[in-house]
Amino acid sequence: MIELLGWVPFFPLLGFLMLALAGRRLPKPPVAWVGVGSVAVSMLLTALIGGQFLSGTRQPYRLVLGNWIEVGDLSVPIGFYLDALSLTMMFVVTGVGLLIHLYAAGFMKDDAGYARFFAYMNLFVSAMLVLVLADNLVLLYLGWEGVGLGSYLLIGFWYEDPNNGYAARKAFVMTRIGDTSLLLGLLLLFIELHTFDIQALMFRAASLWAPGTALPVAVAALLLGGAVGKSAQLPLQSWLPDAMAGPTPVSALIHAATMVTAGVYLIARTHDLFAMAPPVQWIVAVIGALTLLMAGCSALAQTDIKRILAYSTISQIGYMFMALGVGAWSSAIFHLLTHAFFKALLFLAAGAVIFCFHHEHNIFRMGGLHRAMPLAFASFLIGSAALSALPFTSGFYSKHEILSAAYEVSPGLWAAGCLGAVITGLYSFRLVFLVFFGVQPQDVDNRLDWRMSVPLVLLGVLTLFGGMLRIPLDSVFPGLLNPDRNLSLVSVATIAAPFLGLLIAVLLYFKGGFSTLPLAGFGLINRMRMFFFSGWGIDTLYQALAVRPFYFIAKANKNDALDSLYTLVALLGREGHLLARRSQTGHIRWYTSSIALGTVVVIAIGWLS
Amino acid sequence: MSEISIEQGLLLSAALFVLGLIGVLARRNLIMILMAMEVMFNAAGLAFIVAGSRWGQADGQIMFLLILTLAAAEVGVGLGLVLQIFRRFHTLDADSLNGMRG
Repeated sequence: MIELLGWVPFFPLLGFLMLALAGRRLPKPPVAWVGVGSVAVSMLLTALIGGQFLSGTRQPYRLVLGNWIEVGDLSVPIGFYLDALSLTMMFVVTGVGLLIHLYAAGFMKDDAGYARFFAYMNLFVSAMLVLVLADNLVLLYLGWEGVGLGSYLLIGFWYEDPNNGYAARKAFVMTRIGDTSLLLGLLLLFIELHTFDIQALMFRAASLWAPGTALPVAVAALLLGGAVGKSAQLPLQSWLPDAMAGPTPVSALIHAATMVTAGVYLIARTHDLFAMAPPVQWIVAVIGALTLLMAGCSALAQTDIKRILAYSTISQIGYMFMALGVGAWSSAIFHLLTHAFFKALLFLAAGAVIFCFHHEHNIFRMGGLHRAMPLAFASFLIGSAALSALPFTSGFYSKHEILSAAYEVSPGLWAAGCLGAVITGLYSFRLVFLVFFGVQPQDVDNRLDWRMSVPLVLLGVLTLFGGMLRIPLDSVFPGLLNPDRNLSLVSVATIAAPFLGLLIAVLLYFKGGFSTLPLAGFGLINRMRMFFFSGWGIDTLYQALAVRPFYFIAKANKNDALDSLYTLVALLGREGHLLARRSQTGHIRWYTSSIALGTVVVIAIGWLS
Repeated sequence: MSEISIEQGLLLSAALFVLGLIGVLARRNLIMILMAMEVMFNAAGLAFIVAGSRWGQADGQIMFLLILTLAAAEVGVGLGLVLQIFRRFHTLDADSLNGMRG
């Protein structure tokens, strides 16, 4: 079974090719069969491969399909590498991806670009599978860029609206900054260590480089740059909220199964390098802590249901980065797994709400839905509970592990994480109370397609119990820590933090109680709200720091200084032509005399020499 | 019958050639230019004849026959063109026929 590994990314690619070539001529049912079916086959293969892998010795397995690039001493094979880490990622990508595809088959049923949509989705999944399975950094980079392309196509899927195109370009350009950093990192690795193979790289790095010296620090910093761009962490996070321009299943796919988890995966995959560069690892943790706080505060002020979820994703990825930063690699991947479940659930439920509210996004114009849409309500309740890490949900176990690991390293990080947990509880239940309680403003169309309700139910179950699906990662990561399971004060505080947020949300948003309206009267608070709403003014900052100067340079250099070199060449040509033209007088006798004179000169030269 | 030396023959040929060239350069009437060109052709032909008789070989005379044919063909085409030019422009002045300048 395990030899079939190469087929896992191939089937979605095949689906993409079929839909891209023939999709426009197919009616919708076969399009859905191809689009969902290709991912389903991959999921099935993953399950079979995973079964064999887990029941066996769990030795890493490598499959080389052929040579991709072979120049001099550079050799890049098309090779896949299976270990517990890539298997976990495969399960996330194909499993959650399959449910999202199934949901999308119902959600997009009235869209004219049905085939185009599934073609892009399959391409996206295929690229992500290549990314997680690649055994060398070049193939990983191929998947990395493929994911970037897929996200660009999907965010700008409704391209008739220029704003969507803008959001897509923004996502592409901002992640491209990180991609460039990653490319530099892997080229530096190749120059120094003469291979692209990840396992060989880790081995050579450990044997050739001393921990904490300049080289591992530089390489780790460059790789971190790539991870930060793809995973939407500070300071490259502002593309993710705008990426909500795409259809809701796309948001679910980007946030849960693919794309943003790529950065976390990259750091986990190259964790040996990061462990050798303590300053960079510390920066990873600090970036995670700052991002989770920043994104949490921004989520508090949003009114768009999808933007709240987008900021919550940034915040949760922040937790994963914090875990990576403190060396709790396997906790980070565990949180990635549980996050994939509950974030997909939340997005799909939000999609159902938006769908039934006739594409309304503002949570203040929703309300009272708990009677009309019990399934969406239950999904949101479970999802929010897991998101804010209430006990006995899967999110609780993963986040608790991260926070106790953070406490071992630095109480400051732990405190930031706990504060983040309070904020998480507040904003997730603010969302739940505003959307599902209170007065229902309008009639809703509450009939959900079975293709939309089945994924919701399955993801709900996974969100509650998905923590048990954890694949032990001891074979991949060094056992750095033994989580403190004692019911200490720290542990109690960690558990209590989300409840504090929930309590505040109940007081503020559940059936009145306190009202936030008087607070908005204070200038300072209002200004803070605007500040959070804009995502901490990052966009304005970039506008001033990068976009405006670029426009200025473009305007100042409208005539293109470099281009004048080529204008000069053209000018010389034209002047030469004018000069030569003078000799073309049209007088036959002038030509004859020139011929005669030329002959005399040639003969004279021949004579004299 | 006294022999004509090759130097004398070639001198005559060169003189004829230069005269023809001067004619081509100095004349403005197209017909006169054509006539001057005939002189140049014949000068070249004379040089062949002289050289052929110097070495006692028939090649010089064969070349002269070729030049004669060539000159006849050239006159045929040339006069035809002159006729066309005169019909279209009502002049044979080579200097005023300068429409094809750069």
